[in-house]
Amino acid sequence: MDIEVIKRYLPLFSKAFLLTVKIGWLGIALAFVLGILCAFTLYYKLPVLSTIVRFYVELFRNTPLLVQLFFIYYGLPSIGIRISAQLCGTLGLGLLGGSYMAESIRSGLEAVPAIQSESAKSLGMTKWQAFRYIIAPQAFNISVPGLMANVIFLLKETSVFSAISLMDLMFTAKDLIGLHYNTTESLFLLVLFYVLMLLPVSFAGSLIEKKVRFGMYGD
Amino acid sequence: MGIEVIFKGKNLVRLLAGLGAAMKISLISVAISIVLGIALGMLMTLKKPVINVITRIYLEIVRIMPQMVLLFIVFFGFTKLTGLNLSAEVSAVIVFSFWGTAEMADLVRGCMISIPAIQYESSAALGLGRLQTFIYVIVPQIVRRLLPLSINLITRMIKTTSLVMMIGIVEVLKVGQQIIEANRKTAPNAAFGVFAAVFLLYFAVCWPIGRLSKYLEKKWEN
Repeated sequence: MDIEVIKRYLPLFSKAFLLTVKIGWLGIALAFVLGILCAFTLYYKLPVLSTIVRFYVELFRNTPLLVQLFFIYYGLPSIGIRISAQLCGTLGLGLLGGSYMAESIRSGLEAVPAIQSESAKSLGMTKWQAFRYIIAPQAFNISVPGLMANVIFLLKETSVFSAISLMDLMFTAKDLIGLHYNTTESLFLLVLFYVLMLLPVSFAGSLIEKKVRFGMYGD
Repeated sequence: MGIEVIFKGKNLVRLLAGLGAAMKISLISVAISIVLGIALGMLMTLKKPVINVITRIYLEIVRIMPQMVLLFIVFFGFTKLTGLNLSAEVSAVIVFSFWGTAEMADLVRGCMISIPAIQYESSAALGLGRLQTFIYVIVPQIVRRLLPLSINLITRMIKTTSLVMMIGIVEVLKVGQQIIEANRKTAPNAAFGVFAAVFLLYFAVCWPIGRLSKYLEKKWEN
């Protein structure tokens, strides 16, 4: 491994890293918003909307992100819908993530036994109070492991962005390998930056899960 | 909208053949992952410190490294290091098995430690031997918890196999691109129809498997 080469490549990878992180977290934010909206639509069984949401969730959970991105980025322009690669990446990740988040949040909400909301009601709580103080905290605790797994999964999925010509980490690595054959250095930096991106999230995830577990079971 | 392109000539057959190429890689990887994953998962429940440390590192690597990066490391890095030329297909099977084994092992371990101690104690109280306890009491319970989860893992592996396109394997997305290129003149907006078809093909494969997993999970609850 050549230190000089690594020094020379570092700025390129840093730039790609920032772009990957930016699109990754924007996509995750979008996924959370979509997921919460969809989960509530399903939980409260809103007519018509919940059918649409179910269709969306099933469709996006059962197809790979790469195929979704190809459809959005290369397929849609031929019927006149053209969006930039960055927006496509964010949107694709958000749509994929939204379907996963929706399932995690919904299953959390549904795992809270009906007796909890009935008891809250019999204690004279309003619907909102019951949700805010009784249902939401329990549902959140149940959802957390799934949500954290989704965040890590989505950050890993950012690695397919290079397919739509986004200058992300994979793209940079592939480009440099093709240009200069410095395979070892490029792969080393690629791994290094992905570790930098995911290890803190993985640690934070385990910490949060431990806290939540303590809140639920006290051990 | 370019949907007619799919039904022209042998295009649909070619797309399906592309899907088949991806499926072959995922099914081989699934088979390897299930066998190795069960073995590793059982090793992990032995509580041997050395095994624990090694498997923890292995699982953490798989947990945080994108499959795409692993694919690059094996496909480009291995050749560079050893001078041997690994085909894209073999690289893909290695990477997906490496990943799948870790996921499977984690599922197996999770299921095994989720069996309450009272099950072992009751079996002992009933006079069952260790092997009898394992075969007649523990395994049936583990299978019921494990099967829906591992079927789910299979759909995830099938979806991930779409990545092999990026190391040059001709699978369904690549075939789609070729069809679009070939019909550039006669059907300039074929991209929509072709990629929509690929989208639906993946859905048609993964959705039923996912349903099966959900059905089994519901059926075996409690």
